[in-house]
Amino acid sequence: MNSLGKGSARRRLAAATVLALSAGLLTACGDDSGLPVITWYINPDNGGQGRLAERCAAEAGNTYKVDVQVLPNDASQQREQLVRRLAAKDSSIDVMSLDPPFVAEFANAEFLRPFDDADAAALTKDVLKGPLQTAYWKDQLVAAPFWANTQLLWYRKSVAQAAGVDPAAANFTWDEMIRTAESQKKVIGVQANRYEGYMVWINALVASAGGEIIGDVEAGKDAKPEINSPAGDDAARVIGDLARSAAAPPAMSTMGEEEARSAFQSDAGGFMVNWPYVYSAAKESVAGGGITQQVFDDIAWARYPRMAADKPSKPPLGGINLTIGAFSKHPEQALDLVKCATSLPNNVAYMLDAGNPAARGPAYDDPKVREAYPMAEVIRQSINDAGPRPITPYYNDVSTSVQITWHPATDVTAPATPEEAATFMSDVLLGKRLL
Amino acid sequence: MTMTDVRVAPPAPEPEEVTDRARHERRLGLTLSAPAFLVMVFVTAYPLIYAVVLSLYNYRLTDPEGREFVGLRNYATVLTDSVWWSDFVTTLIITVASVAIELVLGFAFAFVMYRIIQGRSLVRTGILIPYGIVTVVSAYIWQFAFQLDSGFVNQWFGLGDFNFFGQRWSALFVIILSEIWKTTPFISLLLLAGLVQVPEEYQEAARVDGATPWQRLWRVTLPNMKAAIMVALLFRTLDAWRIFDNPFIMTRGANNTETLSFLAYRQNVTLVNLGTGSAVSVLLFLTVVIIAFIFVKGFRTDLSQVRGDR
Repeated sequence: MNSLGKGSARRRLAAATVLALSAGLLTACGDDSGLPVITWYINPDNGGQGRLAERCAAEAGNTYKVDVQVLPNDASQQREQLVRRLAAKDSSIDVMSLDPPFVAEFANAEFLRPFDDADAAALTKDVLKGPLQTAYWKDQLVAAPFWANTQLLWYRKSVAQAAGVDPAAANFTWDEMIRTAESQKKVIGVQANRYEGYMVWINALVASAGGEIIGDVEAGKDAKPEINSPAGDDAARVIGDLARSAAAPPAMSTMGEEEARSAFQSDAGGFMVNWPYVYSAAKESVAGGGITQQVFDDIAWARYPRMAADKPSKPPLGGINLTIGAFSKHPEQALDLVKCATSLPNNVAYMLDAGNPAARGPAYDDPKVREAYPMAEVIRQSINDAGPRPITPYYNDVSTSVQITWHPATDVTAPATPEEAATFMSDVLLGKRLL
Repeated sequence: MTMTDVRVAPPAPEPEEVTDRARHERRLGLTLSAPAFLVMVFVTAYPLIYAVVLSLYNYRLTDPEGREFVGLRNYATVLTDSVWWSDFVTTLIITVASVAIELVLGFAFAFVMYRIIQGRSLVRTGILIPYGIVTVVSAYIWQFAFQLDSGFVNQWFGLGDFNFFGQRWSALFVIILSEIWKTTPFISLLLLAGLVQVPEEYQEAARVDGATPWQRLWRVTLPNMKAAIMVALLFRTLDAWRIFDNPFIMTRGANNTETLSFLAYRQNVTLVNLGTGSAVSVLLFLTVVIIAFIFVKGFRTDLSQVRGDR
């Protein structure tokens, strides 16, 4: 009797435990309301993506909920975390905000759910050419361009005027800019620390000179380095010349976006290549007393400088693409969220809210966008004509090889540096050298 | 040793009963330890063998189609690459410097903990606190202390704008300092265990013979706790050799401060280069085995000392 009672008590306890556990599991994927929860891994922003998520869920008639998860600040750490989870087939990753250079790697590893033709047509309508190139892998749309970014040439009107040059002229070149800065005893702000920003600069120069850093990328690790080419040599010549000239900022070898901005805003500032955020940052600087209104009024912008006077430049490209995780349990709702978040109205809304330029062209015709961004037209043109960084599953290796061999900029010479980069890159890809 | 031999051998009373019991005990022991043994095989041997297999491939996690068998080529690549050797030297510097200083400091702490009469538990707890702090947290503490924007060290010592993390030697200095602060308590704890095992009678006998305190330390205390010292050294050396957290937090491996564990992490996790990464991991494991072998065979370290039984 006693043992029997104990046994049934134990059974009851076991049943209760099972119930409690399964209830826990159910809530984990369904929430109390029973609605599917879409997890969206985002890069940190000012909360704009979170607000988009709420709006999109509401537009879908609240048939799903969105759980926004913020990834680390650093793009390479964002990649690391996502790769680690996806390698373990994490089904909780529904939607990801992905840095465009990593799309090829993720798609090649089959971490991304490709879009079918009908969806692809809707997702790519009116998208500018630059970001569009980064959204495909092996001729299949694997990512939806969400927002895009580019660099402009920023200059001080007073410096250009004193030298009698027009940086906004179509044929303004790097060589002319270096000569001008030298003659005016001013510096050119660039990104030349050993980091991704340096790769952005090198890539823009190589692309503007009509070349590419690596070709035949679908061959994976057997891809062919193309940096040891006339275009690569041109890029090396410009970087080395600038670094060894009087126009080089003192801390050039450790200079990132912010350091370049502060050099440009200083008395020695003449020119700078940088992302559009510097404009609003300078505006805030005036409000905070960092720079005077006079300095702010002296700032002007133009399209990225050319390598050759007769060849339009290919400015750098940044931004974010939205992708759907291959192991997602709610691909339909995820697709709905991606379509909604990248729609034209939401492109405009996000550009105004978070300050990130839209991927779709017509967004720049919006009067509110025109008002907030006096340089909207240059940005649209630049994004459209931009030269993306190499689209290869081995992007990390390619970029790091270039950064290592081209740093510091004062040691860059043509054709030695591009040659060295090509050899090192190919050795790294084939597993003959360590990064 | 010889005494017990002598005592056991001549009487030999009912040897069968003893062996029977011994056999039972042995069987019981095996049965009891079998589950643990199997779990150990599963969680240690399997990943180890898998890593060895992976190290024979050129294999990226994100390029499954490009997987290719390359034999021992990954090992040749790693061992002939300057990155490996630079990291090897960095790891060696950190290990030798931190273990040497920790041994001396740890000994001093062990003495304090042993001799102190008033507030004994307070002092012992105080000394052990750094060891209880998570390494990542302690790495941040030391980083913040030395950083240009948040640090107070430069101000205290009038170093101006000296960037400790800007070059190799000063960065290694901070890393080693943090290691020492964090793990000296561990070594002093092991040494304390050795210290209490030195019989007080030896000390008294030496004192009666007129030995100075210095002579007693070198002739009586140290020789009698040699085993404990060796165990402490072995544990700390192996620990220091696998250092990862401090450089990871403080420098991210910049300025030649990358260690071997960091290299393995970068190849495996960042580059998802599982072939080369596994080769680095296996080589790291082999260096650990070699260090352990040198200590156990070369210096005749008696591992049973850790348990406190002699």
